Amino acid sequence: MCAKQVTKAAPGQVETTGHSWDGIEEYNNPLPRWWVWILYLCIIWGVGYTVAYPAWPLITGATQGVLGQDSRIDVNAEYAEWDAKNGPIKEKLIATDLNAIKDDPELVAYAERAGAAVFRTNCAQCHGAGAAGVQQLGYPNLLDDDWLWGGTMEDIHLTVTHGIRNTTDADARYSEMPKWGVDELLDATQIGDVVEYVLKLSGQDHDAAKAEAGMTVFVENCAACHTEAGTGDRVQGAPNLTDAVWLYGGSREAIQQTVFYARFGVMPNWNQRLKEDEIRAVSYYVHSLGGGE
Amino acid sequence: MAFLDKHKAIETHATLLMVLAFLVVTVGGLVQIVPLFYLDNVIEKVDGMRPYTPLELAGRDVYIREGCYVCHSQMIRPMRDEGVRYGHYSLAAESMYDHPFQWGSKRTGPDLARVGGRYSDEWHQDHFANAKSVVPESVMPPYGFLFNRVIDGKYIQDVVKTHRMVGVPYTDDMVANALADFTAQADPLADSAGLQERYGAAAIKGGKDVNVRNFDGQPELTEADALIAYIQVLGTMVDFETFTPDPAR
Repeated sequence: MCAKQVTKAAPGQVETTGHSWDGIEEYNNPLPRWWVWILYLCIIWGVGYTVAYPAWPLITGATQGVLGQDSRIDVNAEYAEWDAKNGPIKEKLIATDLNAIKDDPELVAYAERAGAAVFRTNCAQCHGAGAAGVQQLGYPNLLDDDWLWGGTMEDIHLTVTHGIRNTTDADARYSEMPKWGVDELLDATQIGDVVEYVLKLSGQDHDAAKAEAGMTVFVENCAACHTEAGTGDRVQGAPNLTDAVWLYGGSREAIQQTVFYARFGVMPNWNQRLKEDEIRAVSYYVHSLGGGE
Repeated sequence: MAFLDKHKAIETHATLLMVLAFLVVTVGGLVQIVPLFYLDNVIEKVDGMRPYTPLELAGRDVYIREGCYVCHSQMIRPMRDEGVRYGHYSLAAESMYDHPFQWGSKRTGPDLARVGGRYSDEWHQDHFANAKSVVPESVMPPYGFLFNRVIDGKYIQDVVKTHRMVGVPYTDDMVANALADFTAQADPLADSAGLQERYGAAAIKGGKDVNVRNFDGQPELTEADALIAYIQVLGTMVDFETFTPDPAR
């Protein structure tokens, strides 16, 4: 549009730019007016944009823009908006006694949904989207009524808050099964015997003679945590060995592995990542899944 | 408008055209990139950030080599839904010791900017060996071979030196003890006092102690140890209790 008009066109003819390459000439059609105007408007809009929004770098900072737009202010406003909506019910959830939540239909409705959202975001990776855990790998099923550390609202709340055997919370639940084989606390025969005894405890096929010998080993070494009857101790997170629920598998091989190498399941503490209302909601959700006591 | 007719002089002179075109493109760089190097508020002043330990650095190299950034971002944007899912939005300061940064641009998998401490080491072992064993819906490929690749830290000092060369404030002490720190971090029985002295809570204002564990659950020091050590520190360094966001930036 700004090229020099070299060749005057005859009426009704398009002029050329006057350039000639090997005898080929170039028409000088003007750009469509609408296109040119959009270009000019874009330039004007672009200048206005740099005035309205943060743009030009100066000596110590950039211009802030007359609109004062900032994504960090926006996100805070977004949080504030949701806090205003959910704030009262969250406060009520925190103020209500853990065991009284179930008596308030409004809290139940909120805690079930909010808890499910928290669960799917944070807990499902280990405990599974349906909370059935991962059998044999040591991620507990939360649907049944078999609890390692207790299944009351208080127990679940404490477990979620502080976690289990982590290194990031001094109040985490803690216990440690000795590595009976690795640390040579029991010899191979003793381990073989005690495995048979555990099989007997849980009502599985076993070698009766070995189990008889294994009972002594069990009482002397294992009963302190798992109790003499083998029913476990929730204070120490020691599982019940007499039922059919196994965290790492209940086969002869799996039990052998457990006795030889021991197990050390870790759960993170969620008090740094989740807020108290979220912890309470997810505790209620887990409690409501079927096994809550 | 006579000067507009002079463009023929440029268009018919290839070198002049090249030089002038380069100058025009340079303006874009000067306006957009150069200010980031001198403006005060580009990187927030926060407590707790420290350079990666040698083992974490080695894990970061595995992360890059395996192309984890292709499917995982490390950048939580300032939006409520991201904050609810992943945690506090990422700060510029959190990638200031990353060369190059691992922000990524695609989330086939979840964002990893704050994955540190979110899962146990055992979960990462299971998940790297076979992601579907713990997350049946996952499409992440298995990385079990990392557990067989024993590493001895032969070049770790050079890696630390290289990062110092591009601006990460590793001290002479950190460089000199790179190999010792490398092996100490994955061995709970080793003496890790020196490692904590250089990188731990005592060394960094608002900092936390370095995770010292047998990350891969095996006696040997493997690439899995390094990668899990790196993963477990992601997004955990900044002390958010002392952080006040400056909205005007």
